[in-house]
Amino acid sequence: MKFEGISLGLKEFEKEIKVEWKGKLEYEWDCGIALSKFMEGLKHGKILARKCYACGRIMIPPRMFCERCFRPTDEWIELGDEGEILTFSVSFVNWDASRRKKPEIPAVIRLLGTSENMGILHKLGEVGDTLEEVLKNVKIGMKVKAVWKKEKEREGAITDILYFKPIKRRK
Amino acid sequence: MAQKVAILGAGLTKFMRRAKETGKELAFEAARMALEEANMDISEIDCVVMATAPDMFDGVHMKGDWLSDGAGAKRKPYMRSYVGGGSGVFAIIHGWYLVASGLFDTCLVVAEEKMSSCMPHPQGAFNAIYDQFLERPLGVNLLWIFSLEMMRYMHVHKISLETIALVSVKNKRNGLDHPCTQKGIAGEYTVKDILNSEVIAYPVYRLMVSPVTDAAAAIVITSEHEAKRRTDNPIWIEGVGWCLDTSYWTNRDLYYPKYVEYAARMAYDMAGIKDPRKEIHVVEPYDPFAYKELHHLEGLLLADKGEAPKLLEKGFWDRDTKDGIPSCPSGGLLGVGNPIAAAGLMKVIEIYLQLKGEAGKRQVKREVKRGLAQAWGDLMQVGTVVILSK
Ligand SMILES: [Zn+2]
Repeated sequence: MKFEGISLGLKEFEKEIKVEWKGKLEYEWDCGIALSKFMEGLKHGKILARKCYACGRIMIPPRMFCERCFRPTDEWIELGDEGEILTFSVSFVNWDASRRKKPEIPAVIRLLGTSENMGILHKLGEVGDTLEEVLKNVKIGMKVKAVWKKEKEREGAITDILYFKPIKRRK
Repeated sequence: MAQKVAILGAGLTKFMRRAKETGKELAFEAARMALEEANMDISEIDCVVMATAPDMFDGVHMKGDWLSDGAGAKRKPYMRSYVGGGSGVFAIIHGWYLVASGLFDTCLVVAEEKMSSCMPHPQGAFNAIYDQFLERPLGVNLLWIFSLEMMRYMHVHKISLETIALVSVKNKRNGLDHPCTQKGIAGEYTVKDILNSEVIAYPVYRLMVSPVTDAAAAIVITSEHEAKRRTDNPIWIEGVGWCLDTSYWTNRDLYYPKYVEYAARMAYDMAGIKDPRKEIHVVEPYDPFAYKELHHLEGLLLADKGEAPKLLEKGFWDRDTKDGIPSCPSGGLLGVGNPIAAAGLMKVIEIYLQLKGEAGKRQVKREVKRGLAQAWGDLMQVGTVVILSK
């Protein structure tokens, strides 16, 4: 059997006849009903979840309908800004595949007061600058607390929380 | 009652980091090869299904329509299958119901991906799968979801990095025997080699990740009476299943892919399979990352939760196993390459070749009457499953 395909090396690829195009579109997305309220809350240092009376789940990200029960959700609940780490990673790569010396530490964090597995994606900070340090300082199940931007710098965005940091227990 | 559906021919291009051919040209070559094996002319094809993943890779709006000429779809009923990484296997499911329904007798299923055009790196195209309100502002990249899921899976079952690395060792070795394997991907590696490679997003090491690939794959499927008229040894599609979970991916416990289980149960029920561990003889689970093969084997109910890594250590998933189930005998995405949609269909083709006894050096040692291919995609979200039999 003969399999077709001409595989180009990087050098050959650079010499190829090519056409280039750069898309120059921008998007502005309305945050909608649930997330507009959530973002407004962030501006004031509050984290808001939404409760469904049918399944009892307290959900974050908040949503105006419960995708499990497929009915409208019922109530806003204000959460604290402490949570636990469900999982984390130590990333040395940027989106364009370039490398970074100091890692980023994305994590899925369940805020206390929400239902089981109700995590959100955010980042961890103050846990070290090398893989070894981070692995020493971070454990799944560990309690963390939000570190906020200064109030006047907040704009109603997820980045109003700079990162989450471990809660130091008193010895 | 659905009519029975058979596979009559398959085609693949080489897997390449940078192909000279356009996506249309790649699709044409794979489609032509599949038609040749089926001994059919394009005029005998009733309808066409095409899988191709994000439009953003090509920078072409609705690229399924743009590529359709390369899939032989001109003036035919045509549909694009698209569930991200799950698309390759979803395409044969899609083709199956067009024929099983009795609407058509023949269908050409083509899968194509050309990732190398996207600059500076196709990984950038994947940023747009994250939630634009709450996730993208954090400066996401694709590797995050995999490394987060792998960490959770390892934590819940206490799996070591060494064990996960064994998946790369197995698949990169198997890939050495695949005639289409991408240059520099397959090879003889040790666990130490894998763990000496760069940490890109811990716990993911570079040699636990499948590469960027350009390639195409195609198969021809027909109804039972067309198949019996044309061949004495058709390979049958016995069961199909697919399932999409919520896009609130951080609201699920990532250690287990429930949506893969539901897709598998649908396919097992359709195929009349009661005990998949006895009745599935060879399997091609989706392995874009090393841990994902194990994760998917558990979702497919071929191992208890947390047991797939232990079976791996015992050689249960090896190609030459006598009493296990060979997994990714092709070499998979880690050993052959990962042209997203075409990778899934490559897995279906591997099961087809294994059942025909035409997998050459990759032919598994044990007797095979039935096999399964599975793909996965979107935001840790979709499972697609197909079961083939002699
Ligand atoms: Zn509910």
